[in-house]
Amino acid sequence: MIIALALVLLFAVIGIIIAVAFPRRAVSMALALVIIGSIAFHFWTPWWWTEVASNWGNIDGTIILTFWVTGAVFCAVCLFMSYCVWRFRYDKDRKSDYKPENSKLEWTLTILTTLGVCALLAPGLIVWNKFVTVPEEAADIEVMAQQWYWNYRLPGEDGVLGLTDLRNINDENPFGMNLDDPNGLDDVLIEGDDLHILINQPVKMNLRSIDVLHDFYIPQFRAKMDMVPGVVTYYWFTPIRTGDFEILCMEYCGTGHYAMRGRVLVDENQDYQEWLSEQITFEEIMASIDQTDLIQMALNKKGNN
Amino acid sequence: MKKKETIFQLLTQKPWDPAQAKIDNMHDGETLNLSKGKLGLRYIMVVSSIFFSLFIITYSDRLVYADWQQMPEPLLLWFNTLILFISSAFFISAQTAAKNNQFAKVKQKLLIIGFLAFAFLLGQLFVWLQLINLGYYVAANPANAYFYVFTALHGLHLIGGLVYWNMTIKKVWITSDIVVVDAKHTVELCAIYWHFLLAVWVVLFGLMLFS
Amino acid sequence: MAADSYEDIAVDKGEVIPALEVPPQDLYHAKSFWTRWIFCQDAKIIGIQYSITAISIGLVALVLSWLMRLQLGFPQLVPFLGAAEYYQFVTMHGMIMVIYLLTALFLGGFGNYLIPLMVGARDMVFPYVNMVSYWVYLLAVLVLVASFFVPGGPTGAGWTLYPPQAITSGTPGGDGLGIVLMLISLSIFVVGFTMGGLNYVITVLQARTRGMTLMRLPLTVWGIFTATVLALFAFPALIVSCIMMTLDNLLGTSFFMPALVEFGEQSEYSGGSPILFQHLFWFFGHPEVYIVALPAFGIVSDLISIHARKNIFGYRMMVWAIVIIGALSFIVWAHHMYVAGMNPWFGYFFATTTLIIAVPTALKVYNWVITLWKANINLTIPMLFALAFIVTFVNGGITGLFLGNVIVDVPLSDTYFVVAHFHMVMGIAPVLVVFGAIYHWFPLITGRFLHEGMGKIHFWISFLGSYAIYFPMHYLGFVGVPRRYFEMYDSEYMAVSTNYLNQFITIVALIVGFTQILFLYNIITSAKFGKKAGKNPWKACSLEWRTPEVPAGHGNFGKELPVVYRWAYDFNVPGAKEDFIPQDIAPDQIPEAKAEAT
Repeated sequence: MIIALALVLLFAVIGIIIAVAFPRRAVSMALALVIIGSIAFHFWTPWWWTEVASNWGNIDGTIILTFWVTGAVFCAVCLFMSYCVWRFRYDKDRKSDYKPENSKLEWTLTILTTLGVCALLAPGLIVWNKFVTVPEEAADIEVMAQQWYWNYRLPGEDGVLGLTDLRNINDENPFGMNLDDPNGLDDVLIEGDDLHILINQPVKMNLRSIDVLHDFYIPQFRAKMDMVPGVVTYYWFTPIRTGDFEILCMEYCGTGHYAMRGRVLVDENQDYQEWLSEQITFEEIMASIDQTDLIQMALNKKGNN
Repeated sequence: MKKKETIFQLLTQKPWDPAQAKIDNMHDGETLNLSKGKLGLRYIMVVSSIFFSLFIITYSDRLVYADWQQMPEPLLLWFNTLILFISSAFFISAQTAAKNNQFAKVKQKLLIIGFLAFAFLLGQLFVWLQLINLGYYVAANPANAYFYVFTALHGLHLIGGLVYWNMTIKKVWITSDIVVVDAKHTVELCAIYWHFLLAVWVVLFGLMLFS
Repeated sequence: MAADSYEDIAVDKGEVIPALEVPPQDLYHAKSFWTRWIFCQDAKIIGIQYSITAISIGLVALVLSWLMRLQLGFPQLVPFLGAAEYYQFVTMHGMIMVIYLLTALFLGGFGNYLIPLMVGARDMVFPYVNMVSYWVYLLAVLVLVASFFVPGGPTGAGWTLYPPQAITSGTPGGDGLGIVLMLISLSIFVVGFTMGGLNYVITVLQARTRGMTLMRLPLTVWGIFTATVLALFAFPALIVSCIMMTLDNLLGTSFFMPALVEFGEQSEYSGGSPILFQHLFWFFGHPEVYIVALPAFGIVSDLISIHARKNIFGYRMMVWAIVIIGALSFIVWAHHMYVAGMNPWFGYFFATTTLIIAVPTALKVYNWVITLWKANINLTIPMLFALAFIVTFVNGGITGLFLGNVIVDVPLSDTYFVVAHFHMVMGIAPVLVVFGAIYHWFPLITGRFLHEGMGKIHFWISFLGSYAIYFPMHYLGFVGVPRRYFEMYDSEYMAVSTNYLNQFITIVALIVGFTQILFLYNIITSAKFGKKAGKNPWKACSLEWRTPEVPAGHGNFGKELPVVYRWAYDFNVPGAKEDFIPQDIAPDQIPEAKAEAT
């Protein structure tokens, strides 16, 4: 804070000195100072992204690339402008050039800009392609959002998430599990609690919402996607370091939006198994509320298949 | 000369070029060979075509889902469609009459057209009542919702048309006080709008019939 | 020879080419005080009415932004500002600024005042419709204001009004009248705007004076014209989505509402698509950005050319760029929805189209700065604002390249990076143009200059202040600070210093905000006591300065309409003595230089 204020003050003082010392050059120097100040800010900023904790380090790479290309253009254009203001200040005895256009120059600039845009776009699309292609070995995790907290469902031992239907949701069945889908019985249900994931294991986050739009985002993982009621959206990532990460809701979802946070912990295998063994499955929940007949029904179905 | 220029030629002129300046000096400031009224009407028709097309796009997007249940088409709806066709036909003859300066005839035809328009609106209201009595509420199914939206919006366009119809009939009301050019122009514009509304209705009705 | 020599020539115009004449019945004549000043059909008065209304409601939005900034910088300092109020203020601030201020001011305000004067017409082609357009706009504003006073308050759905959240009970104003009034107000606005747009488009196309070809129009007219055409295609999408959402809300239809469970309660809705709304909204919303930006592009081109005493470089390229940007703006809308859960394959298409649009936009920027090369730059206040526009626009434009590139958007979307980006590119940049334009055309409207000293203070604080607000704000976005958060000072992944940055931004925002009061004071006092400007004080070439009276009288151009002999950028023509030649000066009338080059 103090450094920032000091810098601003410094620039203000320099600005005033310039204005007094070179009244006729003040504007062009001020414009140049704005650019130099921006560059200085960029290199000394204390505000930068968090250390990446997933495989999406190359998203950061695309940002850096965009920074260099566009930053160079920004500085070039603005410094050129500042130079023109310096050099061609009004003088009633001078005539300005009369030059309606210069096709050669315009075409050169068009081609250069197009090349620059391609240089940004091509790597971007390559990384995007990776982002939307979920690897085979990714483990499914379902995130179910509601105003204003997060629930999770793990597929259990069979590795398959049971089917759900929003219309099934009631107090006893908050996830809306389909009772006639046996795959759902061993699903691990985590309501409003922390989620643990295993390090170096690619995960596919299946995202659904039961009320309004939400967005499951952890700054350190870089990936995000909206959750839309009626649709299951997804993204994937591989956590590459252990730790305790904060989840933020990134799509405005009503008054409690700012408080819709949660935690994801990335564990080593041992910790993860320990945590998993403490979680309860849908079958256990049904049993605990005396719905064993329904379980039997589901199991029969499984037998028949 | 302006009539022959393509948009490409128009936009590649060099306005600072002395040769071009000589041509440009004679330009009379109009881009299109159309009256302002007609162009204004086209503008409105473009806006409202986009308006209805967007509805139609969402309609066709929604249509494919399993919960879509077709609405019945009451006979009255066919009858109302017929009314629209008849009123358009009357407008064609009103246009011919206006061209031949028979403004008494124009006035009479316009009165019939106005009556038909009210009849159509009433008829649409009856269709609504009928359907509501049959239990086809607006929120019950997306097909119902679209039906009510389409009919309501088309009706609103027709009411807007009636405002213009009112302006038109005023221009031919007092026989001794008719500005001929002006009256002809207005009748023509009103007729174009009427045909446009007929076309919109045919598209909407056809869409609901065959989907 | 002095500047007013051109005025002398204008009095007895050469009879080389006969002037056009408008039939007298086409021109509206005011009869009483009411029809002259209130229910007025003169486009100049309508333009002023639009501007005053837009700026008034804009001031409301400005005050709302102070309250929001106070909460972000100094949480819980404002006692009545809870989360619900915060979201309501965010929503209304955004909606007012984008639609009711910028759109109305550029097209309704500047469009009405400048189009007839610049194309050499006596008035808009349908003055009555034009008048109704203003009153419908006023009604839309009043309905919007009314929503502040209904139970539950205005809607707090965010300016994007995404369903299902916009009409559910978890959102402020979502289950009350707030959202209904918002949707109704928007629909009314669209109706009113369509009436105005009808006038702008047809006046430019069909009612120009003799000699005024399309390619001789000042770029201001091109910008406003193209923006209006965009609005013609884009606004229907807004009204369609408003109608459908109103029905979902009031009658329980399910256009946009899927089956959902609201706080444990099963809803009646089923099968609607929230993403469909987003597509409709952004099909309107993205062109809307250009509806605001294109008039700004046009105006700034003229400001630069006039005050740098040099023709705009690459006029044709500028026109093409405006048209191409306008056309492309309809196929990029889904770049607002990269992470909205749509089919990921759309990402490839929309990223490509979005980055393509950067090319014509960049060309415009190049042409602005190349215009300055070997020019004779008069650093008047309008010129200062134009230079500041270039800095902020380029800055906001390049951050658009971040967000338009689909994968880069993934971590940055919905963070403060986005907030900083769109404020820089379609908040600060166009508003700087608005200021520049007001300083530039104030002598045309009132016959007096705005006070220059106050203008300089206003300029430096507004420009440097808003740059200091939004430039560092991008870095909050890199940290990952989410937008639309009522408070978040307890998040551990953010360094404590981000809060200090927020405080800094808030303080600067308040300073910049209060400086606008100085600007208003300047306008009010200068209108009465400002330095007399005389005719054509900036020595501009375009027709709006060539009326017999300044401010222009009834019918704009005295007895005869002007005849146009040249484009609007004949500055420092070789051979001519004066450094400018107005558009209506015939080649053989140029002082002390017979037309060797025109």
